[in-house]
Amino acid sequence: MTQYVAPRPGSSGARRLVGGPRPSDRIFRGLSYGSAALIMVILAGVAVFLIIKAAPAIAASWSTGDLASGTTAGYANFWAYSGPLIWGTLWMSFIGLLIGAPVAVGIALFISHYAPRSLAGILGYLVDLLAAVPSIIFGLWGIAVIRPYLLPFSHFLTEYLGWFPPFGGQVSTTGSTVLAGAVVLGVMVLPIITSITREIFLQTPRLHEEAALALGATKWETVRLAVFPYARSGMVSAILLGLGRALGETMAIALIISPSIVFSVALLTENQNSQTIAANIAVNFPESNDLPRAGLIGTGLMLFVISFAVNFAARWIVGRTGGSAKERRSRKIAPPSDAASILTLDVAASPLEALEPRGSSAHPEGQEPSIPELRD
Amino acid sequence: MSKRIEVNDLNVYYDKFLAVEGVSIEIEPRSVTAFIGPSGCGKSTFLRTLNRMHEVIPGAHVTGHVFIDGDDLYAPGVDPVLVRREVGMVFQRANPFPTMSVRDNVLAGVKLNNVRLPKRDADDLVEKSLVNANLWNEVKDRLGAPGSSLSGGQQQRLCIARAIAVQPDVLLMDEPCSALDPISTLAIEDLIHELKSEYTIVIVTHNMQQATRVSDKTAFFNIAGTGKPGHLIEFDDTTTIFSNPKVKATEDYVSGRFG
Amino acid sequence: MSADTARTASNSFTATRLPRLIELYTALGALAVSGIVIALIGWTTTGFLVLAAALYLMLTGVVSGVVENRRKAVDRLVRGLVTVAFLLALAPLVSTLYEVIVRGWQALDWNFIFTTGGTIIDPATMKITNTIGAWQAVIGTLEITGMATLISVPIGILTAVFLVEYSPPGHWMSRTVTFLVDVMTGIPSIVAGLFAFALFTLVVGPKAFSGFSASIALCVLMIPTVVRSSEEMLKLVSPELREASYALGVTKFTTIVRIVLRTAIAGLITGVMLAIARVIGETAPIFIAASFTNNFNGDLFSGAMQTLPVMAYTGYKFPSSDIPASLQSAWGAALLLVILVVILNLIARLIAWAFKPKGLQ
Repeated sequence: MTQYVAPRPGSSGARRLVGGPRPSDRIFRGLSYGSAALIMVILAGVAVFLIIKAAPAIAASWSTGDLASGTTAGYANFWAYSGPLIWGTLWMSFIGLLIGAPVAVGIALFISHYAPRSLAGILGYLVDLLAAVPSIIFGLWGIAVIRPYLLPFSHFLTEYLGWFPPFGGQVSTTGSTVLAGAVVLGVMVLPIITSITREIFLQTPRLHEEAALALGATKWETVRLAVFPYARSGMVSAILLGLGRALGETMAIALIISPSIVFSVALLTENQNSQTIAANIAVNFPESNDLPRAGLIGTGLMLFVISFAVNFAARWIVGRTGGSAKERRSRKIAPPSDAASILTLDVAASPLEALEPRGSSAHPEGQEPSIPELRD
Repeated sequence: MSKRIEVNDLNVYYDKFLAVEGVSIEIEPRSVTAFIGPSGCGKSTFLRTLNRMHEVIPGAHVTGHVFIDGDDLYAPGVDPVLVRREVGMVFQRANPFPTMSVRDNVLAGVKLNNVRLPKRDADDLVEKSLVNANLWNEVKDRLGAPGSSLSGGQQQRLCIARAIAVQPDVLLMDEPCSALDPISTLAIEDLIHELKSEYTIVIVTHNMQQATRVSDKTAFFNIAGTGKPGHLIEFDDTTTIFSNPKVKATEDYVSGRFG
Repeated sequence: MSADTARTASNSFTATRLPRLIELYTALGALAVSGIVIALIGWTTTGFLVLAAALYLMLTGVVSGVVENRRKAVDRLVRGLVTVAFLLALAPLVSTLYEVIVRGWQALDWNFIFTTGGTIIDPATMKITNTIGAWQAVIGTLEITGMATLISVPIGILTAVFLVEYSPPGHWMSRTVTFLVDVMTGIPSIVAGLFAFALFTLVVGPKAFSGFSASIALCVLMIPTVVRSSEEMLKLVSPELREASYALGVTKFTTIVRIVLRTAIAGLITGVMLAIARVIGETAPIFIAASFTNNFNGDLFSGAMQTLPVMAYTGYKFPSSDIPASLQSAWGAALLLVILVVILNLIARLIAWAFKPKGLQ
């Protein structure tokens, strides 16, 4: 048998264990740190470049020159232009959430607590599939299906509930209304809200639920007593993340509604549909000159700030989700908030979890292997 | 190959928390030394400082000296990677690499260190390591099978084969049998007896019978209370520790009155 | 028998309960009644389903309220409600796919995929020829998404490696990066497009539309997705494997590349595939950064480029003189896009399944 001798730097003596830093280690470490730093640079870049390009329009006079004609005509300054757009963005997203959020929470509850265990995974995957559909497809679907579909419904609402401002006004004949846009938005926020609330519902401590059941509660009472209180802040932040998604949605809205830049709550009218920032940019960007384009970039900056604030609020709340500080540390606090990561986990996690030795046959059945006590 | 370990006044910290205090101990080559003591007394932590594996835990650091045949592991400029090539370690739970076959698991240490080995030498090294780990006869027909397809006891012996394939001088074992059934445990204990002729072995165990069965010398660690550092209380021949200990705390522990 | 009956009757735990399959009976009943009613007034599928759902909820509530008790009735009502919510969510999924397939099918054939479409005016005769084709958009989509992937994947995975392997937990830099990645996930896609446009107009000058600019915009959207999914996958790799490697005297670089990344490879690829599937359907950023064109442009670094989602959008929003043809190619592009997304999702699943380590029960 050939004796294999491990190569050792130096022969013997104290120098034997001394080694310089290895270049491969240093390069890889540098690349890794560099990539992380690049994230900071990119985000700073987004803010900086938007500000640089938007500044001329924010500072300029809107009563003369390029800005006084075309789509930007008739506004005193940048704020008079962006004000109604900000309103339209918030209003449209709000209506979208009003439609989507309750359904999304219902689905999450169905998957986590009502559906048969064996089906839960597949049902969750079906809902996640909604997240995989590109938004342009939903836009086309909105035009082809939702618009005509809502027409009779709109007529009914205006006729009988027209005294209520959102339903008032001259009813649309084409169906390109805020309501149609909001329904599509509602569908688009479903998967994100559902997947996050589902995760949080599933994290409810078993003990709480069993305690409620032991008191003779029905399933619904258990959910109300044990699940909802635990998941409340998680649900709120899921809805806020859904709002973040709705705020930035562009193409579906740009395709569906026939907009005007106004402060209006009307949902069903021909010409009083509040325009959103994103759709306004998409519609006007190709045909604008430098300065109006800068104005559009300025509204984009506003959108960036708003969605930043909403996302920040969502994460701040989810960081405080249920349980004591210790409990929070010990479990995964915030499930990944974007649909792609959730899908990845759904698709890839199960085989990977099997990789962990605890899943292998290294342990006699029934024996719970302990985590190595590093502090022993 | 076997080497002598000498520890001088070693303190282990987690950030500012002093976990183990003032340990000095001398471990002879070609011997088995068992570390016993109650949970949380710092024996596993101390074991990890013998090949600088504690550094994997963020914030862990030591003061003091550990000499392996006179070379200080904590001297400036010492590369922990080189230390670990000389001081191997086997863990509580068998952890073969799931993406590698039995053969590749044994060769992992060599291959990952970018050593090019002719196929014949590699085959010899695999056979020798597996023979030394008492596993050869069981797996020689399925060297290509994934490491994770073996039984729990076999996986742990595969990990031992993997550790000795890089030909260390010292083998550290951190409760290697705690997750195994009695028969697999016996196989590992027999193996430790055989490995003694070539390696300096240090084993942490919760099982006092195991300490008496496998070790020549035993070190008893204790802790005064939660939040206090662990200390080495007594270190002597295993027979002395279990039959005639000098310290009251050791006697209480080995006779089952405490811990 | 009689003893049994007596015992049942006197058992204090028994309460009047509805038969086990009552919910199925109620549902069938509701469907039947609704079917008859709607058929009499004039058939609409939606009306039928809505009425059936409403009838079902009412029936369950009333029957359970009368036979059992109020608490049970509420419980059954909620069960019915969440089930309806779930079915409601499937409706748009099914309807969208149905619509895209049925309408897109008319446009989609091999010719459509491999022909460059557009409008040509013959200057001599002033005759306008409209060609239906998506080749320019297919190439644009593949080039732009491919470039975005080439840039995003290394940055994303290396950042995930930084977060999981290098940065001590709680360190300011890892907290900052995690936070910024979260912020980036929330960037509206159109803002990413504006960023790329602003960057390129400042660097290249006006007329900065190019496919590469669109790739940069997509990177802003793709990097956080890749970071998040890779981070989750790396965290799933057991720390014991890293320890085993370190204990063999293996360097950190080798441990990360050959143990950690190797073990997580299936999950990493799956995450990347899904990230591609996500950005391949982005319209707004490409529309802003690469503009749109009906001409074939295979040069990523100069000039406007067409992509499938933008083609679907412009077909509707800025149709050519032949409006039906424009709409048809819009739906064709949409269907092609959906097929691409489905394929990417399938590949992701397949990889997750195929790379599953063997020998595990």
